[in-house]
Amino acid sequence: MFNATVSAHDILFMLRGAAVTLGLTFWAVLGGTLLGVGFGLLRASLPGWPSLALGLILDIFRSVPLLIQIILANAFAPLVGIDLDGFTIACIVLAVYGAAYCTEIVRASVLAVPLATRRAARSLGMTWSDDLVAIVFPMALRVGLPGWIGLALGLMKDSSLVLWIGVIELLRAAQIVITRTQEPLLVLGVAGAIYFLISFPIARIGEWLERRWREQ
Amino acid sequence: MNYSFHWRPVFESLPLLLGGCLVTVEIAALSTAIAIVLGVALAFGRISGSKTAAWFALGWIEFGRNTPGLLQIYFAYFGLGSLGVHLNSYAALTAGIAFNSSAYLAEIFRGGMRAIPATQARAARSLGMTSWQTSRHVVLPQLFRIVYYPITNQMIFAVLMTALGLTVGLDTDLAGVTQQLNVLTYRTFEYFSVAAVLYYLIAKAMTGAARLIAWRLFRY
Repeated sequence: MFNATVSAHDILFMLRGAAVTLGLTFWAVLGGTLLGVGFGLLRASLPGWPSLALGLILDIFRSVPLLIQIILANAFAPLVGIDLDGFTIACIVLAVYGAAYCTEIVRASVLAVPLATRRAARSLGMTWSDDLVAIVFPMALRVGLPGWIGLALGLMKDSSLVLWIGVIELLRAAQIVITRTQEPLLVLGVAGAIYFLISFPIARIGEWLERRWREQ
Repeated sequence: MNYSFHWRPVFESLPLLLGGCLVTVEIAALSTAIAIVLGVALAFGRISGSKTAAWFALGWIEFGRNTPGLLQIYFAYFGLGSLGVHLNSYAALTAGIAFNSSAYLAEIFRGGMRAIPATQARAARSLGMTSWQTSRHVVLPQLFRIVYYPITNQMIFAVLMTALGLTVGLDTDLAGVTQQLNVLTYRTFEYFSVAAVLYYLIAKAMTGAARLIAWRLFRY
């Protein structure tokens, strides 16, 4: 009775935590990408000063530790009378954090499309949005996708930080199991293996795409 | 909003927070220095003829890059205890960050080494330079230029990662000192927003210093 070991139930509990991690990652990547594409297009098309100002504002999110941002958002939401649960706050902070990185990826990818190509498209009678959808998007995608995959995996790994505000994701679930079983090395090993199994295949696909597209 | 902000206690404890900044920079510098040494060793391990060394380095790099840094810090703090190694929060945090950074730096170094054509080293050797002279005068100066900015980036990541010391109970770095003051006063938003500003300033000061050093170093 007093001899607790890691049981199948504990593993199931951690897998449920992994599902929360994936949920956090999904919303963070979705929100971050939508915001990032919007801001990135703005940064690539606005003239000097406004673009620079937007870049400086987004740079704040990349220069302050994510954990501090999470704590701040968690403390700020109740102050202004917004009642949100930890999961929602976590998703919002991760999405904004992701957007700050995604903006730079999108901007660099859009600027990598030669201006002459875009002018040629416009002079063939394509509208601004035609040019964006049919010319810029396919070309920029090849430049930006490997970086974007890296960003998505980064968000997956960074989602572990939200354990601080009480969201029971994979790492927090592992910590709870450790408290019960007193088997830190084994339990952390299992958690690490789960993270690795999610991250490694996707990272490899990213590297493969990068190599393949560089050759073409 | 019926919350009144209290900033005075925060500004009064600014000396404490600035002391925390020093510890933060210290941990970041120390862990980056360790990570550079480990990263070089791992990069050489990957390209070495020895199968064992190559697999060991590959395992280290892939584990370091595909699991969260926080998990690696937990490994150092909670996990190593099972093996009889008991690190305090400071050492565990430094070790965790160094482990994480070394994996990224190893890939940066490997990329840098590949960017220098092997023919240059061969040309140097055929001019009568020794192996050491070739490294010292031909390969390393070029390699250093390539990896300089990625290293400074990694160091800024290390600064941001030091905030994770909170989760293993470190109370001397900037995040830790802030948390200590927070649990005394429950002025979470005020204290952590000042901490955020300080982190921002540390990151920007480091970027600035790195540019200045690069400007001095890479003039020719």
